[in-house]
Amino acid sequence: MSILIDENSRVLVQGLTGREATFHTQRMLEYGTRVVAGVTPGKGGQKHLGLPVFNTVEQAVNAEKPDVSVIFVPPLAGAEAIMEAAAAGIRLIVCITEGIPVQDMIRVKSWLRKYGADLIGPNTPGVISPGKSKVGIMPGHIHKPGPVGIISRSGTLTYEAVHQLTLNGLGQSTAAGIGGDPVVGLKFVELLELFRHDPQTEAVVLIGEIGGSAEEEAADYLKTSPYPKPVLAYVAGITAPAGKRLGHAGAIIEGGKGSAREKIERLKAAGVRIIDNPARIGLMTAEALSLKK
Amino acid sequence: MLIHEYQAKEFLKQLGINLPEGRIVSTPAEAREAASELSCPVVLKAQVLAGGRGRAGGVLEALTPEDAEKLAAKLLGSRLVTSQSGPPGLPVEKILVEKLVKVRREIYAGIGIDRKNEALVAIVGRQGGMEIERLAAARPDSIRKIHFHPDEGLKLFQARQLAYFLELEEAQIKEFVFLIKKLSRFFIERDLKLAEINPLSLDEEGKLVALDARLEFDDSSLPRHPEIASLRDESQENELERDARKHGLNYIKMDGEIGCLVNGAGLAMATMDIIKYFGGQPANFLDIGGGVTEEAVSRAFEILMADSQVKSALINIFGGIVRCDLVARGVVKAAQNLSLNKPVVVRLEGTNVAEGRRILEESGLPFSFAPDFEQAARMAVILSRKTE
Repeated sequence: MSILIDENSRVLVQGLTGREATFHTQRMLEYGTRVVAGVTPGKGGQKHLGLPVFNTVEQAVNAEKPDVSVIFVPPLAGAEAIMEAAAAGIRLIVCITEGIPVQDMIRVKSWLRKYGADLIGPNTPGVISPGKSKVGIMPGHIHKPGPVGIISRSGTLTYEAVHQLTLNGLGQSTAAGIGGDPVVGLKFVELLELFRHDPQTEAVVLIGEIGGSAEEEAADYLKTSPYPKPVLAYVAGITAPAGKRLGHAGAIIEGGKGSAREKIERLKAAGVRIIDNPARIGLMTAEALSLKK
Repeated sequence: MLIHEYQAKEFLKQLGINLPEGRIVSTPAEAREAASELSCPVVLKAQVLAGGRGRAGGVLEALTPEDAEKLAAKLLGSRLVTSQSGPPGLPVEKILVEKLVKVRREIYAGIGIDRKNEALVAIVGRQGGMEIERLAAARPDSIRKIHFHPDEGLKLFQARQLAYFLELEEAQIKEFVFLIKKLSRFFIERDLKLAEINPLSLDEEGKLVALDARLEFDDSSLPRHPEIASLRDESQENELERDARKHGLNYIKMDGEIGCLVNGAGLAMATMDIIKYFGGQPANFLDIGGGVTEEAVSRAFEILMADSQVKSALINIFGGIVRCDLVARGVVKAAQNLSLNKPVVVRLEGTNVAEGRRILEESGLPFSFAPDFEQAARMAVILSRKTE
């Protein structure tokens, strides 16, 4: 098994006819993802990459029954795209778009609660369950199926972690980027809960960074409910200066809160194995798994 | 994006919030003129985009117009180093001259974004003039927070709850409710991240007057608020950081000796961390981003090398959308023009890695290739020490 997506996931692409969406949809199709349709308002009825294009998500849902949607639209249209997908009954929405204003995302979050949809992102590379389905922009070939679950706030750093795991002979059950923005959909806690019940997953690697409190919330969660699998964490930004935004909109130490050190202490106290050298993510995970056996 | 105090006060004025009478000036003669028009004593406030101005000597009182002229001459053209500005300080190009307000009491009023609760939050403090985080730590009972939603706005009853918490007199309750409602509506309409009036003072006549104001807008929302985007003061940015931003690069100058050029914010932070792990100090954070062009990579490399503190450089690319060959071409083009005299360690992985490596090797420039992330960091640290 895996979490969030598998070989049966039927995927819709919002913004399909755009340049980036076209490029990445081709890669997803090559990987074997079951992409079933696209949405671009005004281009309904056309075919793109051999896929039917619809004007609205509702029409696409009625015709092709997708249960997952991946969003590639401009930042100021991002919130509306997520809301449209949720209202049309999409179960899992993966929003790749970077630069959605934070107040838009606050509106999105209450909208999602109303419709019961789950969101991954925005500002995420997406989700991959290796060998089954890739919904996002990550390079598929570095992944392989296996026992490690990954939850990350970053993009290329996740590829680095996956690469190290694969080199150490460890495949991945699912790797999910939760996004680098201040307000995002599912976070460490919700995904840890999914990995807890996933029989394929034998260990979970968290990749956090400065800013916000998602890592602290994960620590509280792990402390209060004993976790049946080893959890490891690397938190980026131990050298980050306070008050400066480091690339991701959400990566900033504000008002003395959200430093890597604080997060590491909290995770350590919750029994998480801390990876302090980011080149040893693969090696330390392999060690943790061999200790378990 | 943060705007200056005088710009923030323009907005507050439009909202009908009371302010001290003031003029914005950019020469000592104008300061003198403003002081005599307003009648002394006046306060001169250096307009820089960093907190902690008072303690840094950026807020001065003048008792006569001559005094104002002299003090303005000292401030204008200088660089103000505050606890938040970083070591080179920020240039003072404008001064806000304000009539001194006789203050009976100071409070705090602010609106912000609560990431954890995914809501907007109005915050008041019974004591003003201090950073809210410090006040919250020192006297948690003296602050009150109320959450609200951008679609609904701050409700009247919530504004009243805040006003009564502040123990204001009946006459000011209405005034405060008006102020916080107006400010919250503005916060939503213009996509702010932070709006602070600190201190908000009660003057001798019992009026609420905004003595200082800080407005920070959401960078992501600026395309739909061009009138706000145009308020950016580029003189307040580090020169290299500004140049980088114009090329779509994320660059933050730091204090170390190893320059880093990386794709992706997380990997860029991890590269800084691993340099520290092996005993070095990163000179900067630099994320070239996903949609980078060859030209922007060249500029990134030039910016890196323009930092005189840099003794060695580390290029760490995990190609996904960004192709290694594109990065290699950009780096070679810049390095050829620079007469490269500092060691550069390169670690390439991912899309088009072989082609990238061939381009670097065939350039004849002295790049050192690292087989993996860890070796790259070790090499960069060792090389930074050899070039003493």
